[in-house]
Amino acid sequence: MRWMWIDRITHLEPGRRLVAVKNVSMAEEHLHDHFPARDGSPAFPVMPASLILEGVAQTAGILVGHARVFREKVILAKIGKAELARDAAPGDTLRYSATILHLDTQGASTSTTIEIASPTAPGVFETIGAADIVFSHADHNTAGTTLPAFNFVFSDSFKTILRTSGFGDE
Amino acid sequence: MTRDEIYAKVKEILVDALAVDDEDVTPQARLTTDLGAESIDFLDIVFKLQQAFGLNIAQGELFPENLSQHANFVKDGKVTPEGIATLKSRLPHVDFSGFEADPQVKKVAEVFTVDAVVKFVERKLASG
Repeated sequence: MRWMWIDRITHLEPGRRLVAVKNVSMAEEHLHDHFPARDGSPAFPVMPASLILEGVAQTAGILVGHARVFREKVILAKIGKAELARDAAPGDTLRYSATILHLDTQGASTSTTIEIASPTAPGVFETIGAADIVFSHADHNTAGTTLPAFNFVFSDSFKTILRTSGFGDE
Repeated sequence: MTRDEIYAKVKEILVDALAVDDEDVTPQARLTTDLGAESIDFLDIVFKLQQAFGLNIAQGELFPENLSQHANFVKDGKVTPEGIATLKSRLPHVDFSGFEADPQVKKVAEVFTVDAVVKFVERKLASG
């Protein structure tokens, strides 16, 4: 299993906005633990909010990385605010949108939204959450420490997602 | 933009960035010890100031870069007179008078008050 919490990128405006989708599936191991049947209550599988946040952070992180052609080590530095109004269950499609508010040598601030697709009306999404996420370009904020030269943030998996979604990584 | 308008906007940014209450943000409040700012919050604050006021803020311009990287600036855990002189010239918006009495490097972040941020923005806007 790879630590990838988006399935496909559907929209990319370089340096500005990126949209990705995540399909929640009962095939995912974590849904069997979150939450299992217990004390006579049936299982209650819902996508953990932390993993939804991870997905939306990956969405924003790819946008920020792409803006500098993946030269920077883009590290999640801070989630200023995060709201999630409802659960996502197996069969749901989540849509994460990230917009760059500010980007410079030191890092970037982004605004993101989380939506859920209507199960009955194709193309209709309901907003269920939002998060403000700040990223650091780690090489410019090392506080005297030395980081490895290779870009350990952007693995091939991220670039593969861009490519299979129809976007080059350059 | 008047000083009061700058102050109101800075206050709004700090309330948002540091998740503090409105009344906690006073001119003399220190970003770290009073408002709980951590190092990454400084990055967030710089980003938010640039957005809100349309400024370009270079790294180290509002808050100093890591002092301990400069051998001449820190000795035995204290900022040297040379270090203090450099800080004063690079950060004219900051009042170092209290810090000079006990210039422990670990306390340097305490010089950053809300007032220092307001003064910084005021100077930047005035310099066009």
